[in-house]
Amino acid sequence: MSEKQTGPGFLGWIDARFPLTKMFEEHLSKYYAPRNFNFWYFFGSLALVVLVIQIVTGIFLTMHYKPDGEMAFDSVEYIMRDVDWGWLIRYLHSTGASAFFIVVYLHMFRALIYGSYQKPRELIWLFGMFIFLALMAEAFMGYLLPWGQMSYWGAQVIISLFGAIPWVGDSLTLWIRGDFVVSDATLNRFFALHVVAVPLVLLMLVVMHVIALHEVGSNNPDGVEIKKNKDANGIPLDGIPFHPYYTVKDILGVVVFLILFSAVVFFMPDMGGYFLEHANFVPADQLKTPPHIAPVWYFTPFYAILRAIPNKLFGVIAMFSSIALLFLLPWIDRGKVKSVRYRSLGFKMLLVMLVISFIGLGYLGALPVDDTRKFFARVFSIGYFGFFLGLWWISKNETTKPVPERVR
Amino acid sequence: MSSDVVDSNRRRFLTAGTLVVGSVGVAAAAVPFIESWNPSARARTAGAPVQADISKMQPGQQLIVNWRGKPVWVVRRDKKALATLPKVDDDLRDPDSKESIQPSYANNEWRSRKPEYLVVVGICTHLGCSPTYVPEISADFEGGFICPCHGSKFDYAGRVYQGVPAPTNLTIPPYYFVSEGVVLIGEDGAAT
Repeated sequence: MSEKQTGPGFLGWIDARFPLTKMFEEHLSKYYAPRNFNFWYFFGSLALVVLVIQIVTGIFLTMHYKPDGEMAFDSVEYIMRDVDWGWLIRYLHSTGASAFFIVVYLHMFRALIYGSYQKPRELIWLFGMFIFLALMAEAFMGYLLPWGQMSYWGAQVIISLFGAIPWVGDSLTLWIRGDFVVSDATLNRFFALHVVAVPLVLLMLVVMHVIALHEVGSNNPDGVEIKKNKDANGIPLDGIPFHPYYTVKDILGVVVFLILFSAVVFFMPDMGGYFLEHANFVPADQLKTPPHIAPVWYFTPFYAILRAIPNKLFGVIAMFSSIALLFLLPWIDRGKVKSVRYRSLGFKMLLVMLVISFIGLGYLGALPVDDTRKFFARVFSIGYFGFFLGLWWISKNETTKPVPERVR
Repeated sequence: MSSDVVDSNRRRFLTAGTLVVGSVGVAAAAVPFIESWNPSARARTAGAPVQADISKMQPGQQLIVNWRGKPVWVVRRDKKALATLPKVDDDLRDPDSKESIQPSYANNEWRSRKPEYLVVVGICTHLGCSPTYVPEISADFEGGFICPCHGSKFDYAGRVYQGVPAPTNLTIPPYYFVSEGVVLIGEDGAAT
């Protein structure tokens, strides 16, 4: 067996046994990213930063938390009052949950406006959507753990959603809860899933997301493939090495992000009831539903769709399909032009409609229902689903502007 | 005996066989893990019936009893409340409780053994919140229960209104009156 050609010294010794330099070059110093990344390209690396924050703070929270129906609520208060710096670790974790969704929603919106989900990046989008799904599961199960009123009744409602499935629904909800009501058994298994199972899946999906991205290369605000124009050495003419160019850019993003993040953690960790709901400062009571229950803000758009439909089964179907449709986006969009910069006015209008509907639904989902709000929730639901229908419709024969050969 | 020729039929058979046997093994091994999520023996035996003392209840009052971890309400309905029941029939989704769950002795216009006392599981049939008791009879609402989560409305017999998300009437649990002032929730009792 011939010796591999590696450099001298310690690094050479490592490289002969583990592809350290090779991996560093492939993913950082010789990974060529388009030179025209803008503001919207901060959110991928920020999502990674938040993931690290959540894992580190989460590990330390498990050292003091008790996943027990009798002790859970008190152990959270114990963390807040008696554990040195416990309040900080917990607020970092709870604010991190909301920050995760802010960053991920913006990251997804970037993909939407620049067509980053289109061929050949369908798998990147799919892995990303599975990350989004895992993140929702993680957030939902994590929210049960403080065992407050909102934890309890929120879990009751979400688990009951599965009861709408014909025939198997009731036995399925019983199986998920492990008891006839949400109880200690439910809390304990959600804890196991929240701290072990889902994070493992999440990490694996993130690795697959990044590997798929580095295989095809990043998209960019012009939506042109930089690999089409290469120099004599096979390096894209419009590409710059991710390290140091984009690592430095992303560090700037991280600094700005951490300033805003810290401001929330230190000055308004409950964000006026949006990040930490007030009813959750009351211990879970299985005999009394709080007068107004709403999910945390990042679930409210989907929750508003559920509430807009006056039928249990169809409401649940509408809610799940609002997420399922996102998975199908690469195939719903039949267009050939990626970036919004060169797409038709119709596409831009659909995008505006989606944004208004999504924010509108999110706003309504946090409020109690009345007839006016129900009406608007229906209008916005139509707007949300209309985006996908409209996109499928217009993208077949879309009048687009000429796409430049190279990035500008 | 040796030969360099690959018997591809044999190889395919062995591959498929290994795959099938392996999958059956994995599926069988998964059963204990999946079934470990079922309610445990402890949870199953915790469903004992409970007694409630209703001798001191005033008309219009609501009593909440914990049965299997679920809220069960006993509501003492006065004449005015009972009078609303036939009036709202046309606005209900299932006025005769054909699609809803109740013991045979509660399958009547009051949905109860005694018209005066409504005994009902206080869990919304939509997504499991516990509706709020709204005793006041007003122009907008004939009194009953309103779910805080998704706005489902129920009348004084726990019957669901039309145009709200809950699909069926509130469930009536098995119960019987042990004596004049004591109700036992969770058992049908002797012949009725």
